[in-house]
Order: sequence, then structure tokens, then C-alpha cells
Amino acid sequence: MERHFRVWRGDASGGEIQDFDVEVNEGEVVLDIIHRLQATETPDLACRWNCKAGKCGSCSMEINGKPRLGCMTRMSTFEENETVTITPLRAFPIIRDLVTDVSFNYEKARETPAFAPPPGVAPGDYRMQQIDVERSQEFRKCIECFLCQNTCHVVRDHEENKPAFSGPRYFIRAAELDMHPLDDRTDRKDYSQEHQGLGYCNITKCCTEVCPEHIKITDNAIIPMKERVVDNRYDPLVWLGRKIFRRDQLGATGTGTGRESVASSAATGGTGVAAAVASSGARPPEGPAVNADGRLDVAELLSHQAGGPSPFGDDQEFPLRDGGITYQHPEPDKN
Amino acid sequence: MTTRIERHHYDVVVIGAGGAGLRAAIEARLAGKRTAIISKSLFGKAHTVMAEGGAAAAMGNVNSKDNWMVHFGDTMRGGKFLNNYRMAELHAKEAPERIWELETYGALFDRTKDGKISQRNFGGHEYPRLAHVGDRTGLELIRTLQQKIVSLQQEDFAETGSYESKIRVFSETTITELLLEGDRIAGAFGYYRESGEFILLEAPAVVLATGGVGRSYKVTSNSWEYTGDGHALALRAGATLINMEFLQFHPTGMVWPPSVKGILVTESVRGDGGVLKNTDGKRFMFNYVPDVFRRQYAETEEEADRWYKDPENNRRPPELLPRDEVARAINSEVKAGRGTKAGGVLLDIASRLPAEEIQRRLPSMYHQFKELADVDITKEPMEVGPTCHYVMGGVEVDPDSAAAFGHVEGLFAAGEVSGGMHGSNRLGGNSLSDLLVFGKRAGEHAAAYTDALGKRPKMATGDVEAAVDAALAPLSREGGENPYTLQSDLQVVMGDLVGIIRREGELADALKRLQELKVRVANVGSTGGRKYNPGWHLALDLRNMLVVSECTAKAALEREESRGGHTREDFPKMNPQWRLLNLVCSLDETGDVHLERKPVPKMPPELLGLFDRTELSKYLTDQELTEVK
Repeated sequence: MERHFRVWRGDASGGEIQDFDVEVNEGEVVLDIIHRLQATETPDLACRWNCKAGKCGSCSMEINGKPRLGCMTRMSTFEENETVTITPLRAFPIIRDLVTDVSFNYEKARETPAFAPPPGVAPGDYRMQQIDVERSQEFRKCIECFLCQNTCHVVRDHEENKPAFSGPRYFIRAAELDMHPLDDRTDRKDYSQEHQGLGYCNITKCCTEVCPEHIKITDNAIIPMKERVVDNRYDPLVWLGRKIFRRDQLGATGTGTGRESVASSAATGGTGVAAAVASSGARPPEGPAVNADGRLDVAELLSHQAGGPSPFGDDQEFPLRDGGITYQHPEPDKN
Repeated sequence: MTTRIERHHYDVVVIGAGGAGLRAAIEARLAGKRTAIISKSLFGKAHTVMAEGGAAAAMGNVNSKDNWMVHFGDTMRGGKFLNNYRMAELHAKEAPERIWELETYGALFDRTKDGKISQRNFGGHEYPRLAHVGDRTGLELIRTLQQKIVSLQQEDFAETGSYESKIRVFSETTITELLLEGDRIAGAFGYYRESGEFILLEAPAVVLATGGVGRSYKVTSNSWEYTGDGHALALRAGATLINMEFLQFHPTGMVWPPSVKGILVTESVRGDGGVLKNTDGKRFMFNYVPDVFRRQYAETEEEADRWYKDPENNRRPPELLPRDEVARAINSEVKAGRGTKAGGVLLDIASRLPAEEIQRRLPSMYHQFKELADVDITKEPMEVGPTCHYVMGGVEVDPDSAAAFGHVEGLFAAGEVSGGMHGSNRLGGNSLSDLLVFGKRAGEHAAAYTDALGKRPKMATGDVEAAVDAALAPLSREGGENPYTLQSDLQVVMGDLVGIIRREGELADALKRLQELKVRVANVGSTGGRKYNPGWHLALDLRNMLVVSECTAKAALEREESRGGHTREDFPKMNPQWRLLNLVCSLDETGDVHLERKPVPKMPPELLGLFDRTELSKYLTDQELTEVK
């Protein structure tokens, strides 16, 4: 049966959607159609592919606007007379036709510090439990199709964010190493925040949605990484999430130290952000200081920086005038 | 016409970025050499990712009785004693170290209860031996090596301020020619696939790690890259190929729909009740039971069907005959015109078991076909036929150094592109360990070779110009033939005439047709420009596929016996006299394939002593047996 296809053709200097009517047989996938086009009408149609079994992640493209693998998109998933439009990945510069320059990803890979072998452990003496390696193994399923990188709105239409943002693929790499039972480095989460731009991510889960390996990128890598970052109240998003609720609404146990109460709130799933946070065994997050009414200091919400406002107030000019100091020392253990 | 050529200087150029290539590059870089890695695809996409089973290494983690001697024995048995014994020995001895080393690069294998690397059973291996990560061991291996390369680049960055000061990956780059000074390697010439610009790498040592040749076959599990580039580059540089007649086929790969063409259908589909039918609807295997098996196999469908429930009192269904018998039968049915349009037969389990039962027994098969092809194996029969999977043959190398034989110096080969290690048939799991063991050796010895070299060989300008002309020729040929048509014609010749079951007349016919194709390939043309033009790339790959196919056809015609991955219908038995001989291919001055016989290296007594006499008597000649104590 003949079906109608629209395929983007062109290069860095520009291009256009071209129309084709191609024979489609039962059980075929979009990549089969591209191969048929190459073998017949357009031998020079550029498209990457390798294994044709969903294992190498080469044939990434956008099919009817959705980031997909060409070899995993069956023709039977479309309506009988639906036109299928195939375009190159949008987040990366065009080379030709469906082939884009994905070197951004390889640069980010190169910037992510490699596995640090534990000193003094000889090859053959590595001992790990299955349950401990499984968490990292999930992320090592990644076939580097870069669909998550392509779909992530932080860089999809924002070229300017690329230098500071590594993207989901490299967040799971950082998470994988962070969870590796024998990795010798302890600064994986700090690295993620300070150098990978983890804070740009606002957990819309688009990456998880497009992952052909069904890796739970957001829930199992990004959120736990962010959660640890909350320790230091670096992450503006989680920080904001916590400002909005009163501590008692976070399901706190009420009394006791701030540490305990907020840790338990995470476990009971009090906030949208922390809801999916697994208890990671890492240091539990610390809650921010609150006022007598159980609410956070509003001034902190308005601050332009995450580190908290000046204890002297934002309207103070320095040096301070004699006797005009507005600072009040907080009383410890107020509640 | 002037052509811009980008020039680079390296100590070692590794062609191929699969497991063997990356492992070789790591070793060359660790030896302090400036190393280039040439990757035909993007970095990390190599066909190594397809390996599912695992990497065989006698670590003895699951069964402490396992050791290198048992592994060595299994490997030799699998290869029907045609293996280069020294390679099999080194492989068995060094595989555990190579696997453990991967853990220091960050690999995460599945674990045993006591925290060691878990090992699984696999066909032909006496003990559980395959280190694995679920069914994605190949991916773990390639990613680990890829990340180790990155980690070395990070060290270089810290030291020199440049990631690429000592090791650089040229992704999406194809090498079309090796350049020599006399008999010495002087460099490699190729093009960036993205831009079509040319690249010249001057280097005294080249490691070939280009993988196999499967794309010359109609039905294959191999990716587009598997066009025998390394085999052909080696031949043209003066090296030799051995064992090219030995290709591993699986009797039941999918032939239709195209989305799953080449994907293997596990034998357990037949073990669980699946039957083979031709397009007349006849269960044909009963007609193909050879006399020697007559007594073990059922003669009627009723008896065969009773076997599944009561194997004690009934004989086995003929669908469970040995692999080559099944393949031969499928082949005969298709050739007799009772096959499907796509050249297969029907494997039916849908009408034999309830849907839930199929899903329960064959979950991964069910999901794979459902997801990739929307084929519901619980509702319809599968179209299956023999699938080309792996080539045992390849560049003839020195076992210890991986240096190529023939009259060329500075050329090394490792992985599927090299020959000898697996003899006439490869055991599952031995390829991942093979590429680690010999990848490392190739890198190490390539580095040592450059140290010993007085001065760097220089290539002749004329050779570079010739390489440029050859590469550009298809683009300037007006009205040249479509490369896709040529490839598909070549695949038909190889699939139909030099496939899993071979006959003298057909092989002779194949050689004639390959000569005709040679003339047509010389006239191949590509439309479009040089920028990422797959038609042009295929046009350039075709001549490699053709010369390697010729080697396979010639050697298959010459070897008058059946052994491992080479089955001759006219010589159905294994012949101990032929075990003494390797078939060696080289190119003569006119560019034609020249074939000669060469004795197989003799196994020393201490290794022969690992086998008992009755077993040896299956493989060795009477003359040889008298020498065994």
C-alpha cells in the first residue's frame, strides 16, 4: 500500500519538507521506509542507523514532531491514511537531511569526571552486591540516542543554555557514578549542581517520556540528585517548593530538630517536588529556619539569590549608621 | 582539480571503534603513543552493542572447577579443532584478567551472592562462564571502554590542556585505503562522512578492528557497517586472510517483515512445540531426517506431538534435528519453490499452544516481535530462514602480537576481522572476550612496533592521489549504476549460492556472477554531493564487499568437507585430512584473489594432553593419532 510521507531535506544553509509516496508493507517501521526511499528515489537521503533493533540509539529523529527512534516506530501505530512527517532532531545543528551534529553530547560526556577506581583494590577483588549495582545499572542501559537531550526544553529552543547545561543523559551519568558502590569520588552531586546545571531542570519529565529504554531519568536520577542538593539549599526550585508550604503542612512531626522533621516530610511525600524522592540513605535534607508562626520569612522568598538575604535587610546602606541597626538576633529554639 | 586533504600525524591508527578497536586504542595510549580511533559511525554505536549473552572467561566464580584449560578445550571443540591453538590458549588464559580490568574502568556486571561477577551457562561451555549484564552485555562493554577513553582524555587534558593531545576519536569517518612505503604501513586515507572531506593519517602502525562481513548477505543480523572493510584493506595492503569459508548462520532468523529481518528466533520456539511448514501448509521436516538420525526422530506427526508431553516414550520431532539439518531442509524447501516470497518458511507456534502459554514460555520473543514488528507470534506464524551472523575467518595474524601475516609490516588485527581464533565455529560468549584479549595485544604490539622502528615510513604522493581519484570516481560517473541495486544483487548471489548449505555447482556459479558484479561495481555511480551521502558511501564500500565475498566463495569451493560454519551438501562429513589445512587468500598483482593451502599450526603435546584419545580420534588423522601418547 502506498502511504504519504513528508521528509525534511536540506543542510545548514536551509531546506524544506519534501513529499513522497512510498510503498509500505505490513509490519514495517519508519526506518524501513527511509531505506526504501534511499534504495529508490533518493539514494543520497542522509540518515543515521546501525543495529535496527533498538539497541544502538543511532536512528533518532522526529516523527510527526515527536522524538523517536526510526527503528522502533511501527507504521501500524499511525492512522491508515495519516501523513507521516519526518524531521531531524531540533535541538542540534543540521548537517544534512535527518543527520544532525550531536557533538554537544560528546563534549558534555568529556566534561563529566570519569569513574574513580577505589585505591588499593586490585582488579578481580571488586566485591559488590547485586542490589547495590542495580541502581546504577538502570542508567547504564542508556543507548545514547540523545532523544532526552533533544526533547529537554532547557536546550531545545535555547541555544544559549547549552554551555551551562549538560542535559538528562549526563545527569544520569552523574547519578550512576554517585550510586556506584565503589566509585572513589564523593563530589558527584556538587559537580552536578555546580558544573552540569542541574538547577535548570524543572522536572517536567519530558526526558523520561521519550526514553526508548524506559529509564526513569527524572524519578530515579534527577530528583534524588536534586534532593541531595537540598542539603545545602542550593537548588532554587526545591528551595521555592519548600518556601510555599508551612512546615506543619509538610507533614512534619512538629517537635524535634529541623533535620528530622523535614526528612520525614520527604518520606510521606508532602510536597510536589519532594514527593518522588526516594529515601536515598544520603544525609537527610535540612529544613530552612522558620518564624514563630511556622512560616518562612517572606523576605527570603523575595531574595534574588538562593543563599538567603542579608541579616540587615535589603534596604540597608553600608556603612551602617550609628544606632540605626535593624538587626535582631534570632532566639534559638523558638519553637 | 585540487582537493583539500586534512593531514594528521599519529603513532598508531586504530580502524574500528567496537570493543577490539577501543581496547587496542587504550593500550596504545597507555604505552604513550599518540593514537587515533577511526569510527565509521558515531562513537559508541559499534555492533558490539548487539552482543547479548556475555563474555566468556574462566574466572570460576560460579563453579570453582572452571579454569583456562577447560575453556581452551571447549573453544577447540567448538571450532572443530581447526582453531589456531595458540590463540585459543592465550584467549582462555587472559580473558579473566581482561574482564576484571573492565571493573576498574567502571563496568558493573551482574553479581553472585558473594559479590563477585556472576557467570551464566551457555551452549558449548562446560561450566557457567559468561560474565553478563542482563541481556545487554555488549552495550556495557562498549560503554565501559568508551568511558575509559574519555577518562584517559581527561588525564591528558589535565596535563596538556587538550583532550585530544594523545588520543582522538574521528567519528563518522571511513578509511578507504592503507598507504605503504614498500611493505611498511605509512598511513591511512579516508573521508569524513559528514562533510565528505578527505583525511590523511600518517602513522607507522595500523590496527584493524573493523568487524565482519554480514552485509554481503540478504538476511543478516549485522548492521550497515559490516562490509568487510578491514578484510579488504588488509588484502590490498599485502596481508592474507584465512578461514573465510567459515560463516556462522542461524537456521531460523526472521526474513519478514523487513523491520525484524535478520533477528534470531531462539531454538526454544521449536523446543516448545513450534513446527516448520512450507507454503503448501505441509510440515516438511519429516522428509529431511537423515538415515543416521532415523531411529531417534519421530516418523509421524502424532508421535512427534506426543513427545512434547511424554519424551520418555516417544521420539523427538524432526524440527529438533541439529542446526545444519534444519537449515538444509529450509534451504531445500525454498529452492523447490515452496518458500514464502521473502525466501523463508513458516515457523508456527500460534496454532500449537494457547496464547497465554506462548507468552509465559517465550516472553522476550513475544515482546521483541510485538514491539519491533507488531507481529503477534501467538496469532500468526513467523517467516524464518537462515541468517548470517558472524564470520570466523579474517586476517591471518601472529597469535601473540596480532601482527598481520603476508608481506606487510606495521599492520595488526583484532576482533571479528582477525581469523584463526575460533576455527570453524565460534562459541557464544567467546567473541566479547576475544576482542578484549586480542584488542589489548594488538594495541600493545602496535605501540612496541613503532618504538622499534628507525624512521617513519613515508607514503608516496602518487598513492594519495590515486586514493583521492578512486574515492571521487562514483560521484563523477554520469549514468553509473545505483549502488543499492548492486548491493542487493550481491546479497542475492551470496545468500542463494554461498549461504548456509553449499554445493560445488552453485559455488562455481557464484564465482562467475561475482566476476560479472565486479565489472558492474567498477561502473557504480552516486548522485548528490559529498556531504553525508549514504549512496556514495555504499558505492565505496561495495568493492570491499565484493573482494571479501570472492574470498569466501573461493575458499568454500576449495574445502571439500563439512565442518562448523561450512556445510557442503556434496561433502557432508568432516574429514580429518582437511583439518590439517587452512585456506589462505591473498591478492595477486592484478587484484585477483589467490588461494593457497597452508598447514594448520600443530598443537604441542601438553595441550593435546588436555583431551582424551577417543575425543581426539574424532578430529585427528590416524597418522596424527599414532603420535599422541
